[in-house]
Amino acid sequence: MSSEIITSSGPATSPARVAGWQRRSQWGLAMRALRRDKVAVAALVVLVAVTLVAVLAPWISPYDPLVGDPRARLLPPGTPGHLLGLDGQGRDILSRLMWGGRYSLTVAVVPVVCAALLALVIGMASGYRGGRRGEAVMRVLDVVFAFPIVLFAIALAAVLGAGLVNTMVAVGITLVPYMSRVVYTSTVQESAKEYVEAARAAGATDLEILRKQLLPNVLSPLVVYGTTLAGLVIVLAAGLSFLGVGITPPAPDWGVMTADGRQVLLEGYAHVATVPGLVILVVALAFNLLGDGIRDALDPHKQTS
Amino acid sequence: MIGFLLRRLGWTVLILIGVSVLVFLLMQLVPGDPVRTMLGMAATGERVEEVRHQLGLDRSLPIQYLDYVAGVLHGELGQSLVLSQPVSSILFPKLLNTVILSAGSLLICLLVGIPLGVLAGARQYSLFDRGSMFLSLAGASVPVYWAALVIVSIFALQLGWFPTSGMYDTRNPGGLADVLHHLVLPAAAAAVVPTAVIARMARGTMVEALQGDHVRMLRASGVPERSVIWRHALRGIMPPVVNIVGLQVGYLLGGIIFVEVVFNWPGLGGQLYTSITAGDMPLIQSGVLFIALVFVLVNLITDVSVALLDPRTRKAA
Repeated sequence: MSSEIITSSGPATSPARVAGWQRRSQWGLAMRALRRDKVAVAALVVLVAVTLVAVLAPWISPYDPLVGDPRARLLPPGTPGHLLGLDGQGRDILSRLMWGGRYSLTVAVVPVVCAALLALVIGMASGYRGGRRGEAVMRVLDVVFAFPIVLFAIALAAVLGAGLVNTMVAVGITLVPYMSRVVYTSTVQESAKEYVEAARAAGATDLEILRKQLLPNVLSPLVVYGTTLAGLVIVLAAGLSFLGVGITPPAPDWGVMTADGRQVLLEGYAHVATVPGLVILVVALAFNLLGDGIRDALDPHKQTS
Repeated sequence: MIGFLLRRLGWTVLILIGVSVLVFLLMQLVPGDPVRTMLGMAATGERVEEVRHQLGLDRSLPIQYLDYVAGVLHGELGQSLVLSQPVSSILFPKLLNTVILSAGSLLICLLVGIPLGVLAGARQYSLFDRGSMFLSLAGASVPVYWAALVIVSIFALQLGWFPTSGMYDTRNPGGLADVLHHLVLPAAAAAVVPTAVIARMARGTMVEALQGDHVRMLRASGVPERSVIWRHALRGIMPPVVNIVGLQVGYLLGGIIFVEVVFNWPGLGGQLYTSITAGDMPLIQSGVLFIALVFVLVNLITDVSVALLDPRTRKAA
């Protein structure tokens, strides 16, 4: 039986295949653990639902997000035909929220993904046999930590100017040092472990070690961090729009909507600002809970319990 | 301790140099030609070159940077483009107002966050623990501008307990009571997120501390539980908690920018917002620099306090 496996599966015993099998198994185990975590599943369901609604907005939104009825302005939530009410220009808030997801989710998720890719390159290059030079690169990036993260993003966005692409660039640049630090730390830790040494002894080149040995192990803390960070970034990116250095009105970004609502809040119409803000809060919370769930699922000590 | 202080101060100087370089480079990213913007499109090419020379903008970047730092060290931060006043005379009064708001907010974080976390940690898995930890989980995700708007809507507009904006009563400005009355709502709004994070961290460290051998020893020798928690265990968790508080001040200062905008608080954040709207680059530059300086200073104070509380940390950094 055992000899059959060995003889019939020639390529499967090559180191690369074995490593690939283990890699899938690590994420497979994590997926199984994640599925048992009710809170994480609920968070994931919320995120998928919000994304679907945003993608399908052109077909499912009841009204045009940009055209309002001036005679019906500021009607409260629960008005027949307008579940979440109307804003200061008589636009349907529910429709605007649906379309707004397209901006708010894009502005949050794209920079996190791009910054993560950049951070992988910077962090692994500095952390793997980077020595003093690698440490120096990290020290330079650390200067960004001397700024409150929100302030740095605001400053960048203010300098680059408002708009979709500029906002994503500003947020992305802000995130790179934070994510690089995470990759660098885990690369340094993992490089010192025995399996890396074993791979080198077996004749693997540096590039092979980076790609096949280190990348899978560096990826998991980065995925956890990136998911949690997305929660912060959705608040941050909407905040840039709130200050007028992000997405520009009349686009129905959730931050723009909150800023619109601020204008009429003092007149006693709180729902125009509080409803979009609540959506930002729920999505941010979902990202945070999902991040916690993935962290626990990837932790071998917690997987069995 | 003195060795630690000197090392830490040396490190702070390096960070300050880094911050000044970054703030200087940030302004190089501004699209368009600043001299053109200043003089308008009608100016001749010769005139533009002349002004560029006067301002030293035709020199190399490192020289321009040194010029900039020399100016900052002399308190010369340039001229506001819009308000035609020196930047320093606009920003210094605002700095004080921001420090007042931050201090008030930090006080709320400490007075609410630490007791909440300690109580929750002392009664792990109780209803109080679960309830407060759910709240703090949600609280940590709250957009600060939303919190500010909700707080204004409830406590200023509906209940009328506190004013909606500003720092002094416009008709009858007077004294400390007036400022405090205006301070409560913005300070609370800026405190929401850091309080939630501090409470969670304090709970975690408390749970750990209560499992320690010295706590078992205290309990075994009949020390009352109240004293075990509030006298002995609390002292043990102070260094990590102070550390977290220091980190949270970064979020606090970032959040205060939004809070100052919503409440029209006359601080650096509100000024930054106005300058951004007006495109007043010298004011933006120095506003960012000021807030970063406050943050660097707070980090320094945090590290020194942690070192005072826990001698083991003095060896590091």
